[in-house]
Amino acid sequence: MSGSIGKPTPFIDAVQKVTGQAMYADDYRMPNMLYVSFFRSTESHAKISKLDISEAESYPGVCAVAIGKDIPISFGVLPISPDENAIAVEKVRYKGEIVAAVAAETIKAAREAVEKIKVVYEPIKAFFDPKDSLEVCAPEEQIHSHTKNGKNIHKTAELRFNEPEKELEIAKNKQSGFFKFAGVTHAFTEPHSTLAIWNRDDTLTVISATQVPFYLHKNISKVLGIPLHKIQVKKPTLGGGFGGKSDPFPHEIITAYLAKKTKRPVKCTFSREEVFITHHGRHPTELSMSVSCDDDGIITALDTDIIIDGGAYGSFGVVTSYYNGVLLQGPYKINKFGFRTRRTYTNKHQCGAMRGHGAVNPRYAVEVLLDMMAQSLNMDPCDLRNKNFLPENTLTVGEFRITSNGVRECLEAVRRKSDWDNRYGKLPFGRGLGVACGFFISGSALPIIWNRYPQTVVHAKLDFDGRIVMFSGASDIGQGSDTLLVQIAAEELGISMEYVQVETADTKITPVDLGSYSSRVTFMVGNAAKTATTKVREEMAKAISKEKDVTAENLIFNNCRIHTKDKSIDLSWEEGVEIALAGRGAFVESGYYISPKLGGDFKGSGAGLSPAYSFGAFISEVDVNPNTGAVIVTKVWGAHDCGKALNPLSVEGQIEGSIHMGLGQAISEEMRYHNGQQINANFFDYRIPSSLDTPDMDITIIESNDAEGPYGAKEAGEGPIHPVLPSIGNAIYDAVGIRMMELPITPEKVLSKMKENA
Amino acid sequence: MGLKQIELTVNDFSHPFLVESDETLLFTLRNRLYLTGTKEGCNQGTCGSCTVLLDGKPVLSCMTPTLRCVEKKVITIEGISSGENLHPVQKYLVKNGGLQCGFCTPGVVMTAVPFLEENPDASRREIKEGLSGNLCRCTGYKKIIDALENAAAEMRS
Ligand code: FES
Ligand code: FES
Repeated sequence: MSGSIGKPTPFIDAVQKVTGQAMYADDYRMPNMLYVSFFRSTESHAKISKLDISEAESYPGVCAVAIGKDIPISFGVLPISPDENAIAVEKVRYKGEIVAAVAAETIKAAREAVEKIKVVYEPIKAFFDPKDSLEVCAPEEQIHSHTKNGKNIHKTAELRFNEPEKELEIAKNKQSGFFKFAGVTHAFTEPHSTLAIWNRDDTLTVISATQVPFYLHKNISKVLGIPLHKIQVKKPTLGGGFGGKSDPFPHEIITAYLAKKTKRPVKCTFSREEVFITHHGRHPTELSMSVSCDDDGIITALDTDIIIDGGAYGSFGVVTSYYNGVLLQGPYKINKFGFRTRRTYTNKHQCGAMRGHGAVNPRYAVEVLLDMMAQSLNMDPCDLRNKNFLPENTLTVGEFRITSNGVRECLEAVRRKSDWDNRYGKLPFGRGLGVACGFFISGSALPIIWNRYPQTVVHAKLDFDGRIVMFSGASDIGQGSDTLLVQIAAEELGISMEYVQVETADTKITPVDLGSYSSRVTFMVGNAAKTATTKVREEMAKAISKEKDVTAENLIFNNCRIHTKDKSIDLSWEEGVEIALAGRGAFVESGYYISPKLGGDFKGSGAGLSPAYSFGAFISEVDVNPNTGAVIVTKVWGAHDCGKALNPLSVEGQIEGSIHMGLGQAISEEMRYHNGQQINANFFDYRIPSSLDTPDMDITIIESNDAEGPYGAKEAGEGPIHPVLPSIGNAIYDAVGIRMMELPITPEKVLSKMKENA
Repeated sequence: MGLKQIELTVNDFSHPFLVESDETLLFTLRNRLYLTGTKEGCNQGTCGSCTVLLDGKPVLSCMTPTLRCVEKKVITIEGISSGENLHPVQKYLVKNGGLQCGFCTPGVVMTAVPFLEENPDASRREIKEGLSGNLCRCTGYKKIIDALENAAAEMRS
């Protein structure tokens, strides 16, 4: 390839970021701007019997106070579960829920006015343990009135193929376990922030730290009753998302409401504590799972029963419930397969989508059970896995269409690089190696908000200045999708990246994209960008061929020149642009991506369908201190099949970031609660790994060249996290002989397990 | 409490201000000077994203009262290398992919520049220690550390 595709390419906005010039949501301000502060619930579950805002309303500097009944229309990211209000209406369902909002001339005045709000609650029995939510309760104790059978179960997702339970009953080689996972949160460094501007032509502009401007746009319209065509949502530079900025949030809708009400710009920025309690992170999970194998180590069945603790509202929970199960259909071939996931409502902060959505916890269980299986069959854990991988171009039992698949190469790479065969099981007591594999969707084939549009549309514009501008709704959330658009345009047109600029993630200017989630951007937006820029090239070639009397196909676009092979025609880019625009002026070409029709025709068949799947294998090395129980991950070898690394620098970065996040969940991170109150809502007590905790990393990119991916590419942002956690768990077994079935693996848990074992 | 009239030297220019007596340097920089390159990740002294230089030493501006900065020199990310050229630390963060979302990056730069100036021969381990107060959620730190090693090498030569 002639351009920058496949070459390590610094992000196009990296210099802006490194000089402090990049503008994040809170960096924007407007003349005459108001500030918002929130009054939040101190009860977990209660009726609001009295709410008095009169003193706050008359507090100096206050321009507006909003309460639940001002904006009573419910919403939610999934149109199938719109169970949340921007401001609590009649009752509160978790400590920290917004009960009122104040907009004032200064943030100080807004905060002081909040102190003047008075509320009387009538407490209702609160549910903190998801197991209690499975039981029948009194009707008035139901967290949401729509749940069935008098229980607090939000969703039951269940699929079963070929009676796994029967196989497991008779299986000779069976491993079962009960696993428990604490909730973890995204902990992006940039707090949520939203600036809403009411324009005097009766339109609304919202600049918000969001991963999905499209969802926010739709939900603002729904709740505030503003027509879709009068709303503009823009994503500025975003300080990380990881799934945690993909729901439309109450604070965003409230800020927009206050702007509409006061006809002024209004801004809200969260404190770190508010970020923690807004959460939407990975669900606390309890699950039991069984796996069986024949004597050769071929997997015969897998069945699992999962409870996920959803917290007070739905968020992505219906999808999460399915993903917990369906994303176990790979990377191993399993013909007898089943799961049931129950997502409960509890009176805590709601959980939603987080990197590796839905499958991270059950993946841990699968990989630990396979390790136990290998041990019981006296087989090397890598060999056992190798025997069971899905081939390329196949269907899984639930009819996922597997195309390219580099999982064998992944495992082979980490096995060789870690010197597994000479070191596994042979390191001194306290040190160990562990292996695990994983796979993930490369974009969801079905949109969350059903529509008949393509998944994404990209426009490429060429004008007098010779510049290509790529218009895409895709959200760069730090993963580098803006850079990807530029790389693709440069590649297709044979120009240097300087000629290409982007306009992205602005619902007024850019064609709609469904957002940055489910690892869909590279695959879907990449394909659309390629089509759009290919068309620009074809248009230019057509014009030049006419003027210069040469066949269009013989024109080569390379090195900022357009020429024939023999150079009898040899134009600069600018000359080519001049010819292409003659008589027509600036033009725009459009590309789109629609996923092929996929999947079976049973209920639930849509969950987890993707045009391609990524694969990976990781090996971790740990040092366990048998006296203190402390676990140090010293090195991680990670191999990930991303189809084709369009920008290896960014693919490596995604894998390294996944190691960081996986390591945190494995050994230190945990949302801790006392009676529904989070007790570690800050970075002192919620410990994300620091530079000192970071292990050595050896990254291998495997390129399986997917037939449908742009230049062969698949995702790399989420898949790599799955194998990280179980590789650490399995390494601890190799080090000190204990099976860690509960995350995070704290020193106390290690010590008590070791005692049990002794 | 109450307002105080002060002069504050930021990036070699002295600004007259009225500040609240309990105001933090972070607030003053972002809200009164509109120098938004300095980021607020936590306002609790836990993330390092608000790091600036006070008389050449890195401080957490969210933990520093503005009144304590009078007659001292404050340098922010906007003032690094006089804002014109990239400092080697910045150059290699860009080149080596030592940033993704970039929100932690100004703080990383403001920590790393004085650290490497004082410890030009820092080992990888020492660089990790020097960075341990700067949380980054995106990169896993590896490429930041790589970048700082390369920057140190260039600063030595
Ligand atoms: S904002 Fe100052 S340390 Fe986080
Ligand atoms: S680059 Fe995102 S937090 Fe460091």
